[in-house]
Amino acid sequence: MNRLQTLFASGKKDLLSIYYTAGYPSLGSTLDIAEALEKAGADFLEIGFPYSDPVADGPTIQHSLQTALDNGMDLHVLFGQLADLRKRVSIPIILMGYVNPVIQYGVAQFCKKAAEVGVDGLIIPDLPMYEYETLYKKDLADNNLSNIILVTPQTSDERIRKIDELSDCFIYLLSSASITGNSLKMSDGLDTYFKRIEDMRLKNPTIVGFGIADRTSYQKACQYNRGAIVGSAFVKFLGENEDYLNKIGEFIGRFK
Amino acid sequence: MKYGVNDLGYYGDFGGAYIPEMLYPNIEELRQQYMAITNDKAFKDEFESLLKDYVGRPSPLYLAKRFSERYGANIFFKREDLNHTGSHKINNAIGQILLAIRLGKKRIIAETGAGQHGVATATVCALKGIECVVYMGEVDIERQAPNVARMKMLGATVVPATSGSKTLKDATNEAMRDWINNPVDTHYIIGSVVGPYPYPDMVARFQSIISEEAKKQLTEHTGKQLPDYVMACVGGGSNAMGMFYHFLDDESVKLVAVEAAGKGVDTGHSAATTALGREGVLHGSRTILMQTDDGQVVEPYSISAGLDYPGIGPQHAHLHKIHRAEYVSITDDEALQAGLLCSQLEGIIPAIETAHALAYLEKMSFKKDDNVIICLSGRGDKDLTTYINYFGF
Repeated sequence: MNRLQTLFASGKKDLLSIYYTAGYPSLGSTLDIAEALEKAGADFLEIGFPYSDPVADGPTIQHSLQTALDNGMDLHVLFGQLADLRKRVSIPIILMGYVNPVIQYGVAQFCKKAAEVGVDGLIIPDLPMYEYETLYKKDLADNNLSNIILVTPQTSDERIRKIDELSDCFIYLLSSASITGNSLKMSDGLDTYFKRIEDMRLKNPTIVGFGIADRTSYQKACQYNRGAIVGSAFVKFLGENEDYLNKIGEFIGRFK
Repeated sequence: MKYGVNDLGYYGDFGGAYIPEMLYPNIEELRQQYMAITNDKAFKDEFESLLKDYVGRPSPLYLAKRFSERYGANIFFKREDLNHTGSHKINNAIGQILLAIRLGKKRIIAETGAGQHGVATATVCALKGIECVVYMGEVDIERQAPNVARMKMLGATVVPATSGSKTLKDATNEAMRDWINNPVDTHYIIGSVVGPYPYPDMVARFQSIISEEAKKQLTEHTGKQLPDYVMACVGGGSNAMGMFYHFLDDESVKLVAVEAAGKGVDTGHSAATTALGREGVLHGSRTILMQTDDGQVVEPYSISAGLDYPGIGPQHAHLHKIHRAEYVSITDDEALQAGLLCSQLEGIIPAIETAHALAYLEKMSFKKDDNVIICLSGRGDKDLTTYINYFGF
């Protein structure tokens, strides 16, 4: 089992995960932020690697990815920084990003390197299920990496079953069909959606992401799911606070 | 068709649908329905009748005599510039608006580079009374001002894309984001043979009318079944795919696709994708794109907004890889000179995109009886400012 699978097997509830972009706000901030987040009580992390054309992201994360690129971040730099990851951080780590940089790095090489530095899972939103199954699955499995797949309110039950089958850790439940950074609208529809997923009795737990920006949305997500992921709200916080490392505890305190 | 798409949406190694889950239901709906809808008789009747009475098809195949003399072969222009709205883009826009209506969509979004596809989309939305939002790079909004005004006059909302290079690729990103946020009521009319499957196939089919007509017209002109060469410019590649489509299986026909070299292939200011690109994923399909070693998309450059795109459609990537078509490139200067030449020898002011295809004639050597069809994909009205500034008229 990788660290993610161990965490989910522990039965721990109300998990709080944080997304941030590697190399933002400054090139060397990646591990400092991870360390501070663990200390503040985050349960696991998603570290984004940059891409020039992030179609699923709103302005906040787009800006962070572009800044990271301008700062000189790329996969080689990132893996260099992550060489010290497991000396400093013990919570599970997921790498998240678009498929093209992974293809250029080489899928097998990327998975091998990720495992080597102590990464536990990958989220590649624009990697289709068929290509994952036929071309990527073995490389992930060989390196004990979990593949985390997205589900939206528009995803059919049949497809969710298939995603559940292909998952070995958790399913990333989008609060709405939306790009990142839109705020979550509390509605009966949301309860209906969470309830529908809950009633499917999937083998994998679900974690909610997109639109989780405060205690209310976090608690709503945790009511039906194992936890939630905060992305844009944290990236925005990093951009707005020069002394962000000292304030990360405060930020996490907004949620739990 | 030997060179067509397979059941999984691939042309050889290229194609597929590399999209985030948020877009999956839309793409799946299209994939399941586009063939059934477009093969339906009522759809075909309406499509054909609009192409005839509204667009003005068939577009003529014109024997350009002075060009023929200059290049020592029979040079035919397929006159897509004479279509309503001034380019081939309207063929696809009509097809997709009829499809969108049958899918029950209430809102249309589109991306545009030169503004030709934006104008075509705004036009068909006006025709059908449907809300239209066009994403256009901020840089392109400046260099194609007349088309921006046209879209607004037609009732469309033009939204500037301010990220990245502020050109066609960024307009495409913004349109995709809009679609992710509005998955149920909105249809995205992609303007080229790019994007996730089924778009490349769907757009190619709508544009295939170009070669379907040209093939018959050539026989009427010459008595010959097939031309020796078929040529077109390529940005994303929709006019080229439409122009090649019905000749793909006729292996004796040489297909020539002309990309934009910008200031020169090796100058760092170019949009010559096949010369400078490598395999990867862009805008939902596996194709050839200009990128860094790290897989970041490179900002292309061409004086022609319609060719200023860092990728090509996946079918083009396939035709390139297997050498069924030849991919070449032409610089800004060569294209502008060819635009002037065509104006003064044939009385036709071509779009700067089209001028790239015309310019490559200078580099070809023909036999006297060769029949050459060039897709005259669009007219140059929108480019007058660029021509004026360059030649100082």
